[in-house]
Amino acid sequence: MKHTISILVENQPGVLARVAGLFSRRGYNIESIAVGATEDPGISRMTIVVDGDKCNVEQITKNVHKLIEVLKVSDLTFDDMVARELALIKVTADAANRSEILQIVDIFRAKIIDVSERSVIVEVTGDERKVEAMIRMLRPFGIKELARTGQVAMARGTKPEQISKSQTATA
Amino acid sequence: MAAIEWARKDEKVRKAAPVRMKAADAFVECLLAEGVEVIFGYPGGVLLPIYDSLYEGKIKHVLVRHEQGAAHMADGYARATGKPGVCLATSGPGATNLVTGIATAWMDSIPMVAFTGNVSRSAIGSDAFQEADITGITLPITKHNFLVRDAKELPRIIKQAFHIAKTGRPGPVLVDIPKDVSLEEIDFAYPETVELKGYRPTTKGHVKQILEAARAIGAAKRPVLYAGGGVVSSGASEELRMLAEKANIPVTMTLMGLGVFPGDHPLSLGMLGMHGTVYANYAVHEADLLIAVGARFDDRVTGDLSKFAPHAKVIHIDIDPAEIGKNRAADIPIVGDCKEVLRVLVEKVREKREDAWLARIEEWKREYPLVYYEKPGVISPQRVIEEIYRVTGGKAICTADVGQHQMWLAQYYKFAEPRRHISSGGLGSMGFGFPAAIGAAFARPDLQVWSITGDGGFQMTAQELATAKNYNVPVKVAIINNFYLGMVRQWQQLMFNRRYSHSDLHDNPDFVKLAEAYGVPGLRCTKPEELRPTLEKAAAMDGPVVIDIHVDEEECVLPMIPAGKSVADMIGKKGRIDS
Repeated sequence: MKHTISILVENQPGVLARVAGLFSRRGYNIESIAVGATEDPGISRMTIVVDGDKCNVEQITKNVHKLIEVLKVSDLTFDDMVARELALIKVTADAANRSEILQIVDIFRAKIIDVSERSVIVEVTGDERKVEAMIRMLRPFGIKELARTGQVAMARGTKPEQISKSQTATA
Repeated sequence: MAAIEWARKDEKVRKAAPVRMKAADAFVECLLAEGVEVIFGYPGGVLLPIYDSLYEGKIKHVLVRHEQGAAHMADGYARATGKPGVCLATSGPGATNLVTGIATAWMDSIPMVAFTGNVSRSAIGSDAFQEADITGITLPITKHNFLVRDAKELPRIIKQAFHIAKTGRPGPVLVDIPKDVSLEEIDFAYPETVELKGYRPTTKGHVKQILEAARAIGAAKRPVLYAGGGVVSSGASEELRMLAEKANIPVTMTLMGLGVFPGDHPLSLGMLGMHGTVYANYAVHEADLLIAVGARFDDRVTGDLSKFAPHAKVIHIDIDPAEIGKNRAADIPIVGDCKEVLRVLVEKVREKREDAWLARIEEWKREYPLVYYEKPGVISPQRVIEEIYRVTGGKAICTADVGQHQMWLAQYYKFAEPRRHISSGGLGSMGFGFPAAIGAAFARPDLQVWSITGDGGFQMTAQELATAKNYNVPVKVAIINNFYLGMVRQWQQLMFNRRYSHSDLHDNPDFVKLAEAYGVPGLRCTKPEELRPTLEKAAAMDGPVVIDIHVDEEECVLPMIPAGKSVADMIGKKGRIDS
């Protein structure tokens, strides 16, 4: 099954290669990876979505945890979490079908952020299912280009993710 | 215990006002502050500033003949002492030549700090002359690595590198220093503390888990201790022996663990796994409790994982949480330093003795001892190891290269102490043994150091004879010469119908003449009656010596559990292939 793993790392050159390298070395195909700054400029958050059974994913998260520049690893999959993704979709559109596209965009509470004579760019935000559904609906019109950010995720509630590297054993 | 003395040395680091100096000079000061006794290196263009700082000889530098030799020497030094070994190589090819040595240390969790020069910062990434992305290349084979982008950071980085290399699960760390960084002037003061937010290895085991382990040991009818290299790195052999003796638990060791429990102890089962003793493998197979200490259920130990120790509950003690459950699920996982965990466990375990179990093991030991059959007029390779054991009183440091002789050394030299058996276990790097012996000899001038090697592996790093000669390093090189890549030949014999494809080395050089060309004495023996006197003669010599020992060409390492198979498929239980 798909796992959403949130990793807090020190903002150092090469840290993305270290983390990504571990996944590829163990034969995992990363489905998406999103990296960006956190509230602390010295710390970045990576959100990685990867497919694998629980045992293997646990193994890989333990190895990621061992990286010196990694501060915290959480598998959010089984937690109460929110996950969002943004996609930009360039759809073939002319005067004839533009309003039809606009309707779909409205239903999905997405936005049109660029219009030209032959195409529009749609911006959609949501969880993976919503983004997939949007793409499915727009496909018949002809998708010319597609860019997705990959998921970012966060555990719900007030408890912030603590940056402590206490390691616990799991059988 | 060497590791602890080392840790104390850290705390004594001088408190001094910053001194203005070149970063290259600061590099030397950092090593001195870390208590480094010797570094193994090879100069090159971008290292000229650092080599200029080494000129005064404030720190001992050993000039090798190939950077791979430097890495293996640093590794051998580290294995013999527990202190981080240090090597130094120039950019590009110098750095890439270290790679095999770094990977060797990585696979066996050996503390090492490798320094490389790199092209100046402005040239990095431009495919400059002798440029290689060595931090990228060594990413998957180092515990951590650094590219020094700011000269002011150099002391902090070196402090961190040593800290990371020697704490937790030890491993190699690489520090890449661009040429212009080493030329810059900095205000040098060696930091007293290490600040690493993301690195806090767990050392204390969970008490509840340890109690659970003690209960399981109390309840077990057929317990076996399975000790690995982690016992060596944590210096826990005394605690291991106390546990084994208090609860009368037989002990088997991995290749990396040999020596942590005396090989001649009545509770010793010797090595387990592919070429382990029959009784060790039988004991593990029938065990109802397997206590893994600093071991990682490697495939050379387990063979077919689904058939390994099928009746056993598993207690797994390891400092690395990622090892637990990696290959075999643990019933009682304990993350912590082996020494700390065992110390508490020994207290909590009750004295006990399972007579029926010990009797069963004795029976196996009687029925299936390690045995070999000698041919008249031919030297048996196993005999060579047994004779070296006698000549050295079982007290030498012996390094192995890789292949048949490596397994015979593990089987027939009953190591009584840790850090005496030095072998490339995980990576299995041919060419490791001889330079590792040189490193070990620098570390322990008080001990005899033997390099037990093969005719194949020796030729991979034989140029280090020049290093041995140059520094008069008293290493005894015993070449177990069967004129084959013996282990490859053995597998070809057993699995490929004796088609000895490219494993024949009958065109070997004359090793005696080769040694003499380097100014190192060479001895040869070809007959059984010459063996003992030749070894004794070599042992009595002062400097390095090479002994070319012609042995039975087609002897096999037995017993053997073929790769991926299980105890039931073991061949050569009685020393012959068909037994």
